[in-house]
Amino acid sequence: MSENAKLPPLPTGTVTGRAVTWAKKNLFDGWFNTLLTIGSIAFLAWLIPPIIEWAIINATLEPSIEACSEVTGACWGFVNANLRLILFGTYPYDEQWRPLLAMIILIGIICASLGGVKYPSVRKWIIPMWVIGVPVIAFLMWGGFLGLTYVQNSYWGGLPLTLILSSIGIVFAFPFGLLLALGRQSNMPALKTLSVVYIEVIRGVPLITVLFMASVMFPLFLPDGVTIDKLLRAQIGIIMFTAAYLAEVFRGGLQAVPRGQFEAGESLALPYWKSMRLIILPQALRLVIPPTVNSFISMFKDTTLVVIIGLFDFLGTVKLALRSDPAWTKYYVEGYAFAAAIFFLICFSMAKYSAYLEKELRKGERR
Amino acid sequence: MSKPQNVPGDVRSKSLVDYLNDENVRAVLYQIIAIGLVILAGWYLVSNTLYNLEKQNISTGYGFLDLEASFEISETMIDYSAQSDYATALLVGLLNTVKVAVLGIILCTIIGTIFGVARLSSNWLVRKLATVYVETFRNIPVLLQLFFWYALIPAAFPHPRNAFEPLPGVLLTSRGTYLPVPVADNAYTLMGIAAIIALVAIYFIKKWATKRQDATGQPFPILITSIGIFVGLVLLAYLIGGAPTEMSIPALKGFNIQGGYNISPEFMAVLIGLTVYTSTYVAEVVRSGIQAVSSGQWEAADSLGIKRSVALRKVILPQSMRVAIPPLTNQYLNLTKNSSLAVAVGYPDLVSVSNTTMNQTGQAIEAISIFMSVYLGLSLLTSLFMNWFNKKMALVER
Repeated sequence: MSENAKLPPLPTGTVTGRAVTWAKKNLFDGWFNTLLTIGSIAFLAWLIPPIIEWAIINATLEPSIEACSEVTGACWGFVNANLRLILFGTYPYDEQWRPLLAMIILIGIICASLGGVKYPSVRKWIIPMWVIGVPVIAFLMWGGFLGLTYVQNSYWGGLPLTLILSSIGIVFAFPFGLLLALGRQSNMPALKTLSVVYIEVIRGVPLITVLFMASVMFPLFLPDGVTIDKLLRAQIGIIMFTAAYLAEVFRGGLQAVPRGQFEAGESLALPYWKSMRLIILPQALRLVIPPTVNSFISMFKDTTLVVIIGLFDFLGTVKLALRSDPAWTKYYVEGYAFAAAIFFLICFSMAKYSAYLEKELRKGERR
Repeated sequence: MSKPQNVPGDVRSKSLVDYLNDENVRAVLYQIIAIGLVILAGWYLVSNTLYNLEKQNISTGYGFLDLEASFEISETMIDYSAQSDYATALLVGLLNTVKVAVLGIILCTIIGTIFGVARLSSNWLVRKLATVYVETFRNIPVLLQLFFWYALIPAAFPHPRNAFEPLPGVLLTSRGTYLPVPVADNAYTLMGIAAIIALVAIYFIKKWATKRQDATGQPFPILITSIGIFVGLVLLAYLIGGAPTEMSIPALKGFNIQGGYNISPEFMAVLIGLTVYTSTYVAEVVRSGIQAVSSGQWEAADSLGIKRSVALRKVILPQSMRVAIPPLTNQYLNLTKNSSLAVAVGYPDLVSVSNTTMNQTGQAIEAISIFMSVYLGLSLLTSLFMNWFNKKMALVER
């Protein structure tokens, strides 16, 4: 009976009644929670109205400096006026449909890979998709034949560049990372040492040092007369860096495959590569899909560091637009807010999807 | 016809193919090939590099460290001027990295813990607010956040001429925050020594108190004793040192503010950016650490009649620490590595100073090797600490 007395009263039928019960339980449960609630509401009341006023009510979208100097709120006109510069960097203006198309294809492939990874029937198309997609994107961006003019990659920039650097980074790092992970798990001491040293050295240093290495030291490594341009060097640096992190992700997957599976392969007298390909890797790779997506997210965010070695990725083009006219310089909040919103949208949705995927894939395990 | 010259016991001699099919032979062969390839690639790169350096007339070696740096560094923790050598300049950079990293680690732990706990609050609004904070700031690149703060701080505060003074002596300006500080005196050195002595004493008292409690069950008021010893000793040192009261108070002189301690906008931008970004990760670590302790542990403590505050300290936290410390250390390491982004906003950290050195001397390989090995050393130290900690914290199983 005392048990019953402790139970909360059942929600009454009306919506208000239920709302009141909910609020009592979740917002005003005891003096401390009431205090927290009042504090939070006060904080929101202090924060939100000025932001709305600045970002929407007093803002202007008109792409002119004059219109911006007249309003007290946000000058979204800065973004509006410089949208093409922010999105595509210094890519020739008339050819900007090419990076746009390349970007759409790339996003399409990324979405198809992420979405299709759950279904075995789609999964086998992921690798062919990239094998075909990457040359198509390269052709669109570089051009040079079939009627497209050649565009040097020092003109590439903006969101397509960020997407290319990060996704090509992860796609090329994938096989490299897999080999490193297998090397680390192998019982050949020399291979193991090489892999461990590579992985630990790269993981021990910040990405910016790898990028500096790529931009300053790579030219010294090359034989006389051979040069590779800055973008490619940065891309190689990113691939090298990502591979070490992916290797650790793969190692986690390999370690999660039960010992019996390795032994099963051995007892069938399968050679190493066959047993890896047919037994171990399909299981290990399924496990590492969510952490691989997470690696891609951090890669996507870290790609912004190429600004420091002088490339114009999405963040770089925002800075470029801010400097394009001294009158625009003071609208950095708008510029950065726009870039932050785009980054947030992409990273947040991928992170949520990765969490969902993790749950989905675990469902299969439980069965 | 002579008999086949077989070794007794061997049925037939092994051909080359048989050897190649032997797993052990193959393993050795693969490794020789791999090492050979690495050595070959290394030799190729080194020879190219040496040739290129020779062509550009750059001498190799670390001799340049003794040369005069001849560039100014805006903030230094040790004596440095443009006449100092490159080694000192790099040391200044390293100290600046350590300064921002240590402060960032302390702050992100505090903020992260608050938000981590808030995400588990029974209060719906607090929970949602904490979630919004965490999800927003972890999904925006840290470099973008640094740029944002770096642009915001000088713009948000007034020119030194009409500095904003929230507390007497504290000046907020577009050139940074100025704090009043005591003028250097021997008494402060003495206080520092006293503080170290106090900490050592507290360590031994705590050890003794634990031992006594284990033996007799009698608790010892360790917290109050520790505070007493610490404050008492430091105060004593202050009095012995002659109780200096002279302060350096920032004030406008000419076009700029003189005196006091200046916290530069660059430093603030790096510190705020790194702290906010890393605190979102710390919050997640704290949250999963607390969630990892099963509610049965709370109930067990309750049923033993242990006070809730004691239960949290002695039952719950030690267990969630075991889960949380390794990923936490990882985040600290990430913060330290991310502090290298300071180069983008002009805070003179190790990478930034090395970059200047690199540009002036052309000693790219040497400069990069220096900062790479510093970060590598830090990482190795951290992983050593983690191994030690894991061993200490691991469940002792029968």
